[in-house]
Amino acid sequence: MSSVASVLAERKEAGSGALIGYLPVGFPTFDESVDAAVAIARNGVDIIELGLPYSDPVMDGPVIQKATQHALANGFKLSHGFDAVRAITSRVDVPVLLMTYWNPVVQYGVERFADDLAAAGGAGLITPDLIPDEGADWLAASERSGLDRVFLAAPSSSDARLRQAVDASRGFVYAVSTMGITGARGDVDKAAQILVSRLREAGCENACVGLGISTAEQVREILAYADGAIVGSALVKALADGGVDRVAAVARELAQGTARAN
Amino acid sequence: MALRDETGPYFGDFGGRFVPESLIAALDELSEAWELAKQDPGYAAELSELHATYTGRPSIITEVPRFAEHAGGARIILKREDLNHTGSHKINNVLGQALLTKRIGKTRVIAETGAGQHGVATATAAALFGLDCVIYMGEVDTERQALNVARMRLLGAEVIAVKTGSRTLKDAINDAMRDWVTNVESTNYIFGTVAGPHPFPAMVRDLQKIIGEEARQQVLDLTGKLPDAVAACVGGGSNAMGIFHAFLDDPDVALYGFEAAGEGVDTPRHAATISKGRPGVLHGAKSFLLQDDDGQTIESHSISAGLDYPGVGPEHSWLSSIGRATYRPVTDAAAMSALRLLSRTEGIIPAIESAHALAGALELGKELGAEATILINLSGRGDKDMETAGRYFDLIDQGAEQS
Repeated sequence: MSSVASVLAERKEAGSGALIGYLPVGFPTFDESVDAAVAIARNGVDIIELGLPYSDPVMDGPVIQKATQHALANGFKLSHGFDAVRAITSRVDVPVLLMTYWNPVVQYGVERFADDLAAAGGAGLITPDLIPDEGADWLAASERSGLDRVFLAAPSSSDARLRQAVDASRGFVYAVSTMGITGARGDVDKAAQILVSRLREAGCENACVGLGISTAEQVREILAYADGAIVGSALVKALADGGVDRVAAVARELAQGTARAN
Repeated sequence: MALRDETGPYFGDFGGRFVPESLIAALDELSEAWELAKQDPGYAAELSELHATYTGRPSIITEVPRFAEHAGGARIILKREDLNHTGSHKINNVLGQALLTKRIGKTRVIAETGAGQHGVATATAAALFGLDCVIYMGEVDTERQALNVARMRLLGAEVIAVKTGSRTLKDAINDAMRDWVTNVESTNYIFGTVAGPHPFPAMVRDLQKIIGEEARQQVLDLTGKLPDAVAACVGGGSNAMGIFHAFLDDPDVALYGFEAAGEGVDTPRHAATISKGRPGVLHGAKSFLLQDDDGQTIESHSISAGLDYPGVGPEHSWLSSIGRATYRPVTDAAAMSALRLLSRTEGIIPAIESAHALAGALELGKELGAEATILINLSGRGDKDMETAGRYFDLIDQGAEQS
């Protein structure tokens, strides 16, 4: 079982689910991004989703766009992504998944990327603009290297496509809570619950819900039916507004929603 | 298989659908609707009625002998897409997609625009069909194409100035995609060029290929033979695919795409995607693009907003890779000089985009010799560019006086 899957299993065993936290590499600086990831891991985040800044992030809303543009302007290079994974996993025992748009992986070389990520201690990839239909190279590379591969499922996905996402994914399936992009929302759609139940019917063991989640209450609601709740913009905003201390506090607050049984 | 029969999603190694899962249902719906529409004589009749009574098709061809004197004496014929309603070839595609929007029952359309021509065409079609319309345009482009912003607003569209990234066409596409992901239930994305995820490259090509179909026959009627070369400017590449397509399986007709070389392909400031880029994934398709070693998109530069794009349609990448079409860079300076030359020798003011094809053809004529006939797609008119051209030539004239 992959490290991501075993963390999810543990959290389920404990009668709850996992809190998954997103932060981009290189924001506000490389060192602070590593410190922030370590801090959220020490404050209740079970799995880190580490974003690689990209010039054309079509799935991201304004908060994450601003942070990743800042990181790019400060000279972010892909190699920093592996450095960050290595630095984080050397300090805390949490699985780290990279979230990356597809072109940087293609340019780095899919096989080489997989090797370097595995060597750095990374758990796998979340690929927002790669659907399994186009993912033959990555399916092969992840199979060979043992990395997790997280594909997305959307409320608009057909049953056949949900089955495809479930079959292709390893670690978990990223259930997009609502039709839209990243960013905090007041309500997390009912659509998320329906999507997760459709994923279960398609044979999904681990379904984690993301997009629009920013409060402990929302985390609690989601974990009532899903295996993990993914928080991004709310953490990035906290880091932007108040640095590492603030993001740690927000993580701690969000973790209240995981209602730990232990 | 004939080259003309390619329907995507892949053109050789290029094309595909590299988009968030949330968009797949909409792309599937669009693909299916397009396949049905293509077979439907009712759809064809409706579109052809609009071409005849609204756009002004068929567009004429014009031979330009005084201009051709500067091209080694080769015979030069212009396909006059500049005479279409709204001033460019963009209307051909937009009317087709607006009809399709009605067929799939959506009430809101969005579009990206660079020079503003596709935005104006989309706003026009939205007004004609009573659709809500939002146009995404990079902030830099809203400044250099202010007149087109005013046109879109007058037509009832909402224009959103995009302030992220390089604040040009590529960022307008990103924001339009974000809007589409969010509002896909009510909204159709009327994509303006032969790039993007399937079905856009094939669908936009199919809606633009009327340019080449008309021109091929018009040139035959005028000269008794096919042209030796066909030339067009290439940004995303829709006017070029539109005029190339009918000639793809005529092996004696050479096809030339002219990319924007900006300040020169050996400077960092250009938009010569096929000449200087390499394959990668951008805006939903695998194609050539301008990028750094890490796969980050590099900002392009061209004096022409419509060619200022670091990507290109996948079918062009394929035609280049198999050697069927040749892509060459043309600098800002060469394009502006050709713009002035056509204005002064023929009384036709071209769009700066189209002036890249004119400049390329001037060189091509010298290479091919006086016996050659070159067909150029004059994809748009220059009205929108008067401010840029005025400023550009004032500077040159002052410089000339000082020297």
